Amino acid sequence: MRFVDEYRDADKARALAARIAALCEPGRQYRFMEVCGGHTHTIYKHGLEDYLPETVTLVHGPGCPVCVIPMGRVDDAVHIARQSEVILTSFGDMMRVPGGEGSFFDAKANGADIRMVYSPLDALKLARQHPDRHVVFMAIGFETTAPSTAMTVLRAAAEGITNFSVFCNHVTIIPAIKAILDSPDLRLDGFLGPGHVSTVIGARPYEFIAAEYGKPLVVAGFEPLDLLQSIYLLLKQLSEGRAEVENQYRRVVPWDGNPVALRAVAEVMELRPYFEWRGLGFISHSALRVRDTYAAFDAERRFTVPGVRVADPKSCQCGEVLKGVLKPWECKVFGTACTPETPIGTCMVSPEGACAAYYNFGRFTRSRVKEATAR
Amino acid sequence: MCLGIPGEVVEVLSDRPDLAMVDVSGVRRAINIGLLTEDPPKAGEWVLVHVGFALSKIDEAEARSALEFLESLGQAYADELAALRESRIE
Ligand code: SF4
Repeated sequence: MRFVDEYRDADKARALAARIAALCEPGRQYRFMEVCGGHTHTIYKHGLEDYLPETVTLVHGPGCPVCVIPMGRVDDAVHIARQSEVILTSFGDMMRVPGGEGSFFDAKANGADIRMVYSPLDALKLARQHPDRHVVFMAIGFETTAPSTAMTVLRAAAEGITNFSVFCNHVTIIPAIKAILDSPDLRLDGFLGPGHVSTVIGARPYEFIAAEYGKPLVVAGFEPLDLLQSIYLLLKQLSEGRAEVENQYRRVVPWDGNPVALRAVAEVMELRPYFEWRGLGFISHSALRVRDTYAAFDAERRFTVPGVRVADPKSCQCGEVLKGVLKPWECKVFGTACTPETPIGTCMVSPEGACAAYYNFGRFTRSRVKEATAR
Repeated sequence: MCLGIPGEVVEVLSDRPDLAMVDVSGVRRAINIGLLTEDPPKAGEWVLVHVGFALSKIDEAEARSALEFLESLGQAYADELAALRESRIE
């Protein structure tokens, strides 16, 4: 209940909690997946789970872009970075992600020229400043960041820059949700749809979840009240026997997304036949690569990468956490061998990762740990 | 990286219509507005910024509550702002 005391809209939150409780059928268990890592962060930070009836469980989904990069891709990027002419650029989030042969930070300590950038446009600027070097941008993220990468490639092409390329690891959210829906070990009653991914793709692409799988989805904002409101909307649909896509975050997310962004991505990138996700394995048509037309800006074509599949460490249970089968604290190395300072798995690295979020803010949900350890 | 951060458009650069000076929690940086060509933001309007690009327009009330929320995240937001501070896109 700490969250209620701290939160400025305590009354609204309390009212919503009561309405949520009133909608729950006695004896029925509800499992909702929040797809987005930003939502996971809010849930732990504000202790939202403690605020829901015991019968409502929030299951964390795969929507943390750093978490789903497989170890082999980190090794491939490090391999590129070791070429003497290369400057590898990366978002800060990615620097500590462990590969089979260490992280970007480790590679940097061993002499590779790896630099943190805020934007792919900063990487492009570096290419302009160092015409004698080749600048590679480690492109990661869902549909929120893919348009930025695409726009940067378009800009590089327009300027005729020849010493810039992207190592494309962009993933798409819909196939991941579909893989989870098709996975036999998970029973879900509905989804909290990602907020900022949806500013790009809109709410329409989720319609198959309602139409073909009969599950409701509510696109949700990031604040505690947004999430409570969205959970209420999910329960309301279930209680009325409906399965629809609703948009709770209408103040930011248009139903059809951002068409300019979608066009830029479609111009520069195309779907890969399949891509490996850390913990989830190979998912078909789930990631983007650079189109032939822009081959000159594709690091995978300019450099031969080993492309070796590296199995996750045995102790790592990120796959189960990313699919929502395990809660972070149920992983055997959570908080002992695996911490944000010395992560074993990716979920502990990014602030959007479920393990990191739980590790940092877990104090709000101590009751749940007791529950888990008693089991 | 995934969370957009709200910023107020201070000025659209006249020689570069795809760039705008945007104020994010007191950090003023050039941001690419090329993804908003259907409804370009003007000075005084608010946008959600992702990795150097404005991805959507928002109203001021939404911007304020989003900022309050981000500030409540502590370190994650501080890191994002620190990264933005280093950014010099053109
Ligand atoms: S505690 Fe570490 S190894 Fe275990 S699931 Fe979380 S990130 Fe992966």
